[in-house]
Amino acid sequence: MSGFVREMRGAYAFVERNVNLIKRYWGWELVWLIYSLTNALAITYIGNGMSAISGQEIDTQYVVTYLLVGALIWQYLSVIFYAISEMIAWERWEGTIEYTFMAPVSRPTHLVGTTLFAIGYGVVRTLAILGIVVAFFHLDLGGANLVGTVLMLLAGSVSFVGLGILAAVLPLLYPERGAQMTNAVAAILLLISGVYYPVETLPGWLQRVAAASPATYVIRGMRACLLEGRSTIDLLPTVFTLIGVGFAVITLGLVIFRYVERYAKRSGRLKRSG
Amino acid sequence: MPIPALEAERVRKAFVRKDRTGKRRLLRKTKKEDVVALREIDLTVARGEVFGVLGPNGSGKSTLIRLVSTLLLPDSGRLRVFGHDVEHDPLAVKRMINRVSVDAAFFKKFSPIENLMYAARLYGLPASEARPRMRTIMKRLGLKEETFDHPMEHMSRGMQQKVAVARGFLTSPILLLLDEPTTGLDPHSKRDVQAFVREIRATHDATVLLTTHDMDEADRLCDRIAIIDDGAIVALDTPAGLKGLVPPQNGKPTTMEDVFLTLTGRTFEEAEAKEVDA
Repeated sequence: MSGFVREMRGAYAFVERNVNLIKRYWGWELVWLIYSLTNALAITYIGNGMSAISGQEIDTQYVVTYLLVGALIWQYLSVIFYAISEMIAWERWEGTIEYTFMAPVSRPTHLVGTTLFAIGYGVVRTLAILGIVVAFFHLDLGGANLVGTVLMLLAGSVSFVGLGILAAVLPLLYPERGAQMTNAVAAILLLISGVYYPVETLPGWLQRVAAASPATYVIRGMRACLLEGRSTIDLLPTVFTLIGVGFAVITLGLVIFRYVERYAKRSGRLKRSG
Repeated sequence: MPIPALEAERVRKAFVRKDRTGKRRLLRKTKKEDVVALREIDLTVARGEVFGVLGPNGSGKSTLIRLVSTLLLPDSGRLRVFGHDVEHDPLAVKRMINRVSVDAAFFKKFSPIENLMYAARLYGLPASEARPRMRTIMKRLGLKEETFDHPMEHMSRGMQQKVAVARGFLTSPILLLLDEPTTGLDPHSKRDVQAFVREIRATHDATVLLTTHDMDEADRLCDRIAIIDDGAIVALDTPAGLKGLVPPQNGKPTTMEDVFLTLTGRTFEEAEAKEVDA
């Protein structure tokens, strides 16, 4: 059997396993979907109420679309981030971490399988939320550049895969609290990346931190495509930068993960469950 | 000279334990101490052998299995599986081994078939080959076919352990690591698993490293046994050879319990109690 086929079977093992987990925990998935949906609606209704809040005439349609785009993109990116960062946490919860780490599957293959699942899951979930949300708000995306939107989203996914790998080392290092720590990472990204407001509204020092977050560029680029109809050519420098940064973050994530995995094996941390 | 299935040369493993009993203070380091699990052990297991590691709880048996499984890294010494170093060539080692541990680790909401399919894919087996093989092994172990598609959380501990054994054999490892595979099983399930190990040994080119604290099991299944106590091997021989070290007392044949008592100066229960206190 060729090494490639064996590795692809290994990668598919993680896709199939995660799909099975969703089927078995469908009740939890439903609760999570309702939570995400109501969150997206609640945030978008802020836009609807802006005129009433400020007592001034505001382009409500623009604000609603601005917020909704942020909510949906964050929904997609955070699903990718969590699906990858929880690849170790799931093993700890189920008690299968030793079995998976003993299997003849390289860590990059483990990651490829988890990423394929994460992207598929993120797309399906975000489309489901989008499908429901459009029933509540009138969305005018007539002048939107949809090709650029997809391109920007794919480029942004690469960075979030890398960030997910970096966060996945936390449950490896801290069996009891590592999974919760990944929430803090996601919350910081949400705060600094201009998901619901322009980055320029942040204090100067936070704006400098925001410049280091890939999500800042993805969300800015997506809004440019959807709200301003910016051309794909104009977006290419950002897309290439995001892909480059994404691969750099993935490489860094893999190096750190490899180092932490060795440390976990040296100190016996794979045995303990959280 | 044929390559041994397993070679351990002066393998040592210790864990750092933090003392959390004292008052924690800012800027004061937590006290740490080394707990030695394995003390520079040497052993060689020949291809095709059923090699037993017999010792009380906490004696270092599972640490040895975890080292061979590449789940732990040794502090010093070398450990090789069919000539491949577990630290420097782990992927090659992983392709040759599989392990059944005392706690059957599964996705409990998955069925046996789903869990075994996950294992098969991880080991690169095509589904068309794995599906009939897993059914055959599970049936041979006495599992009823109607349980194959039900969540494992509804199965008894004995049934779950049989699925774990099936998973261990599914990938046809040439070194099978059995870490107390029958602990906690009822006598009937225990006999089923032991019979299957004997059958595998008779029909397949597999080497088995079996850890147990069941003296009779070690006596019945193993070609050779290493008695391990407090992280050190205190004796290594065939079951008959080990029993030959101790003369029969009161006309009764020597048991492995007598051997352990003579070699360590304490009974198995005393040794276990000491490890628990430690």
